[in-house]
Formats: sequence, structure tokens, C-alpha cells
Amino acid sequence: MPVRPRRAAAALATASIALFASACTGSTENKASDDPNAKTTITFWHGWSAPAEVKAIQANVARFEAAHPNIKVKVVGDINDDKLGQALRAGGSKGPDVVSSFTTSNVGKFCSSGALADLKPFIEKDKLDLDKLFPEVLQNYTQFEGKRCAMPLLSDAYGLYYNKDAFKAAGLDPEAPPKTWSQFTQVAKQLTKAKGDSYEQLGFMPNYLGYETVVEHYMSQWKHNGYFDAEGKSTVAKDPAFAEMMTYQKSLVDALGGFQKLDKYRTTFGAEWGAKHPFHTGQVAMQLDGEWRLNFVKDAKVTFDVGVAPMPVADDELAEYGKGYLSGTIMGIAPQSQKQNAAWELIKYMTTDTEAVVNFANDIGNVPSTLEALKSPNLKFDARFKTFLDIAQHPGSTTMDGAVNGASYQETLSALAHKYEKGQVPDLKKALADTAAQIDRDIAATK
Amino acid sequence: MSPWLIGFGFSFGYPIVSTLYFSFMRYDGLNPPTWRGLENWTYVFADLPKFWPAMQNTLWLAVVMVSCRVVFGLGVGLLITRIKTGAGVFRTLFYLPYLAPPVAATLAFVFLLNPGTGPVNSLLEAVGIPAPSWFNDADWAKPALTVLAVWGVGDLMVIFMAALLDVPKEQYEAAELDGASPWQRFRYITLPNISPIVLFAVVTGIIGAMQYYTQPIVAAKVASGVMGGSGQSFQPGYPDDSTLTLPQLVYSLGFSQFNYGAACVVALVLFAFSMAFTALLMRRRGGLIGSGD
Repeated sequence: MPVRPRRAAAALATASIALFASACTGSTENKASDDPNAKTTITFWHGWSAPAEVKAIQANVARFEAAHPNIKVKVVGDINDDKLGQALRAGGSKGPDVVSSFTTSNVGKFCSSGALADLKPFIEKDKLDLDKLFPEVLQNYTQFEGKRCAMPLLSDAYGLYYNKDAFKAAGLDPEAPPKTWSQFTQVAKQLTKAKGDSYEQLGFMPNYLGYETVVEHYMSQWKHNGYFDAEGKSTVAKDPAFAEMMTYQKSLVDALGGFQKLDKYRTTFGAEWGAKHPFHTGQVAMQLDGEWRLNFVKDAKVTFDVGVAPMPVADDELAEYGKGYLSGTIMGIAPQSQKQNAAWELIKYMTTDTEAVVNFANDIGNVPSTLEALKSPNLKFDARFKTFLDIAQHPGSTTMDGAVNGASYQETLSALAHKYEKGQVPDLKKALADTAAQIDRDIAATK
Repeated sequence: MSPWLIGFGFSFGYPIVSTLYFSFMRYDGLNPPTWRGLENWTYVFADLPKFWPAMQNTLWLAVVMVSCRVVFGLGVGLLITRIKTGAGVFRTLFYLPYLAPPVAATLAFVFLLNPGTGPVNSLLEAVGIPAPSWFNDADWAKPALTVLAVWGVGDLMVIFMAALLDVPKEQYEAAELDGASPWQRFRYITLPNISPIVLFAVVTGIIGAMQYYTQPIVAAKVASGVMGGSGQSFQPGYPDDSTLTLPQLVYSLGFSQFNYGAACVVALVLFAFSMAFTALLMRRRGGLIGSGD
């Protein structure tokens, strides 16, 4: 019977398609029915990989286990957002219950798609008042369009690191770092020493690839009202702050020797997370960086005196001096987890327990994320760390907005900025308008 | 139900049908897909500016990189089959690079070709040749990747050597008696005899170029210095989208932006291209069997 196999094959194909199509759509509804006091083991994924940082997270988890003897935590490190996204989509018993990420710009994607569970029922159950717990910026970057799917776990504040010895040698006052961008250009030029067709010492590496000198970190030093308006449309063309920032950055690139020369010098730098970072080696005299650099500077045993300050602000916005860019680690629950109540206990402990936050911040050298912890007398930091604590609490400090397609909109803007600093964009106004339209189209295509 | 059908259905039939199905859907991998007709298709072709550079780069690699590899592999094969003494040493030397893991090999090349600190540019500058910025220059990044691919040509060399040693000796002897020059011997005896192997090398090379992912992503990451830190997102294609390939675009659309529909469209374009290329070559050659003329 020649007909049968063919029919069977068709049936099999249809069945397999139906089976697969239903199998790979994860469910996103909350099912927190487990007993948080029962004996259980939960899996926690995080992104830290440096040995000292892994040790800090282990110690934090050990403290949690001591406080909750019925919950054991299996810790998996070195997880990036791509791995995380895959696991959250695939679900299954091997997947994580609690996850964390460094990429705050992905929260929009995680919340809107349901990749992370909605935390509202848990917060209501425990009657947490978030306004009393966290600074406003941190609350903003852990939710998206009213849906809270993450909690902030420590935060990062960005400021200016400068080489005090180089300041003295150049005849500058090491106790008076530049406060406005025009002063900054002057200082960077004074700190720059040429050598042949390159540099012996560069005042500042302004290129967008100079490690932390990315668009969003610069952007926090110009007053702007976010990257999207009330309708969710891109503001990069409408808000003049974006053009001002890019124009200034280009002027700084040109003042310090032009893009080509700077970029060639950049290729001689050691890795950002290694001991040969150009700030450690004296190749650059100033660096925009996060508070963690203090620990790196200590570990690298640099031979000069390091000063820290907030990044400069626009000349006509001097009153805003002291602000900076903020971001941080976020924690959430995997929607497929069968142990969501136990998972919530770990998140609640790590993100809201003052003692836990303070201890972890001390161990890992990040800015504490709760209002109580920020004021804690138990914070063990050198005096310079206070600069970053102040930036973290400054009302003008900003972060990057979330979006349904993650950091994609930021990449689109960065791509334009990269072209502009090379001098490949003749008409910035028009290019920004095109970029805004592109960002809107990309978001519409994902919604 | 033949076993072949089961294998084909599960490993090819179902994936291709579901890719086509999802290309008409808005799907984030989590929530049920919703029907959007041709929206993903128009988005990819009209509103996704990265699609065309990725397409051009993939084509460039399929043409330039593959032909360089074939010419080089054949050239090395020819040389080594001629060597009477110490052939083993040269064979080993040329084959070894092929065994290097792609990530490690790419890292080494980025280090060697670093414009500021790399030994290659120090040498070039020492003898007064203006040195390009290789992986940091949009015009030179793909040629640099080609150099890397040619360096790892050991696999093709071995296949070509086997083919060259299979060419009947008496044909060469007859040609020599007729007074054929070395070029004529190559053109009228060697090439026709090994043409199926050349075709095989070109087809597999093009399929490889269509799937080219690891080397450009590692090169772009290391050369741009963005190793991914807190909140930094790396975008493939550095410098200026010059190393962006279609598979990288599939990955970033699907896995980074949760836009599976658009990712499926790009994947189908890639599939169509591989099929078209292969069909075209097979046609021109009349299959893998030598025509015997």
C-alpha cells in the first residue's frame, strides 16, 4: 500500500509542527504556590567572574543560607545576558530560579516580554514600601511601563578619575578638577604631551570607544529628559541636548589631535579589566569610569596619587555639577520557576536587607542600593568613595531608559555618534532626525 | 516511513517550515506568536539599515575570501606535491594552522595586526611601507579576515594534494612528449582532472562563508576593546559595520532584541543564497562528475 506511508508522514509532520509550536512558547503567568518555609534548593545565576567578586557573592549567599536554614542556594557565575535570555525562554527544571544582570537597559525587554516574573504580588505580600527603600533612579531602571520585574542590587555611579601627579607636573591645581566642559577641554590639552606622531601622555581619551566614554555616560552630563517622550517616541532629534553633547565631544576629539591619531593611540591600551589599563599606566591622565575603578587602582598598585570628582557639566548648567550616570545590577525571578516564593526570599534579602547590602557593597566595592545602606556607618570605604555615594544620591543623576528591544535604540544612536566623531556626518541635525525615525521603526517592529 | 524521511523531517523539513512560519509572526520567544503577514519582510528589506551592509559583507566574503582560499590551497598543494625531500615537514607546517581553534587564531591575528603595538605594523613601518590599521579600519577589516582564512588553508591543501596525486602520470608524460609548456600542462591536464574537487572546495567554502560568525565577532570585540562590562553592550560589525555578517544579524535580532520574526526572515535569505550559489555552480559544472573532455 503505497499511500499509507505518505499519509503517515504528513500526519507526523503536522503533529510535530503542532507539538513544537506549542512547546516553545513559554508561559508567562505567575505560579508562586510553593511554601517558602519548606526545605528546598534554588538556583541563582549571576554575571560576576573576577575571583574577588565571586568570593563576595558566595559570602553574601552564605549569609542568606544562615538566615534561612531551609533554603539552599546553588550559585552559577559568569552568565551574560544572551545566555540569560535563552534560559528564561527555554525554562525547564535545569534553569535558574533567581537571575541577575548588569545590563539595566535590558530591563524593558525583560519586563515587557515577561522574561522575568512580575514582582508586584511579592512586594504587596510583604508590604514593602519601595519609596522608603530605594533612590528614585534605581526604582525607574528596575521597572518598565509600570511593570516591576526586577529589584536593584547595588548600583554603579560614574565620575572622573584624574592623576594628581600629572596635574601638578602640568601646573594645574590637583584639588580643583574641571567643573565645566570648556574648562575640561583646556585641562585635557594642558595634560597632553606629544611624542613623535603619537602621545607620551594624553589628557583624556574622548573617543566613544575609550572604554567608559560611551554615548550614554557622556549624555548624563547634559540636562535632558530621557531618550523617549510621553508617547514613547525617540527624543534624540527633538531635544537639543543630544546635538550639544555630540558637538562638544567632537570638538574635544579635534582639540586633542583628531580621531585618527587618537584611535591609533587607543589601540596601544591594555584591557579595561586588566592591570595595564591606560589610566594605571599613565597613558591617559584622566578617565571617565565607575566607582569600581578605585578597587582596580588599589590592586594595580599605581605609583601616583589618584583624585576623583564628578564629571563636568555643560557651561550654562553649572548648578547641576555633581551629577553623573547611574546604573547597576538587577535581580529578578524566572517565570518558569516552581520555587518563586523561596526565590523571592533570596531577592528580598539581597536587595533590601540593610546589613546584607552593606556587607556586599563592602566586599565588592560597588555603591549600596538602599537609602538605609547609603547612610550606614558600617560602610568601609576610603574617603574618595564618598564622591560616588554623592553622585548616586544627586537629584540630577540619570540613567538609560528601558525599551522593548533592550539597548538596541542606544546602539543605533551610538552608531551615528561613532560616524560623527570621525567626521563622516555633514549634517548632524538631519542625521539625528533619521536616527530618531530609525529608533521608532525598530521599536514598532518589535512591539 | 523510511529512516531517511524521519531524519530529513526532523533535522531539515520541520526547521525550515517553522522558520518560514515564524517569519510571518511577531514572536519574542516567550509569548504566543501573533500573525503579522509581511511586516517582518518589509521591515528587514526596507527599514533595517544593517541588513544591506551585512548582505554586502557576506557576498564579499563568499567571493573574495573563498577564491583566495581556493587559489592558495591549490597553489600550496601544487608546490608540496613537487617537493622531493622534506615534504612531510612542509605538509605539517601548512596543515597545523587549520587545527588552531578559531577564537584563539583570531585573537592572535588581532594582536599581530594591532596598528599601535603589533609586530606586523612595526615591521612595515621600519621598512617605510605605510601600514594599514587592519581590524580597526573599515576598508581593511575584511582583507585582514581574509588573511586569517588563508592562513588556515590546511584543510583545502590536503584535499587538493590527494586530488593532484590522483592525476594519471601517463597524461603528463604524453603532454611532455608533445612539447606542452608547464602552464599548458596545468591548464589542459591538471585542472580538468581535479575540477570536481575545485567545485567541492568552492561550494563548501561558500557555505562556510555564509555561516561566517566566530572570527569576525571575536576580531570586532577585541579590536574595539569593548569586552562587555557593566551595562556596555557590544554591537557586532566594528568598525562601521564592515565585519557584520548575516548570521551575526540573525543572532542579534533574535537573541538580543527578542525579534524572532525578523531573525527568521534574514535566516531564510541566507538559506536562499546558499541554495542559489550551489545550484548555479552545479549547473555550470554539470554535477560533480568530471565531463571527461
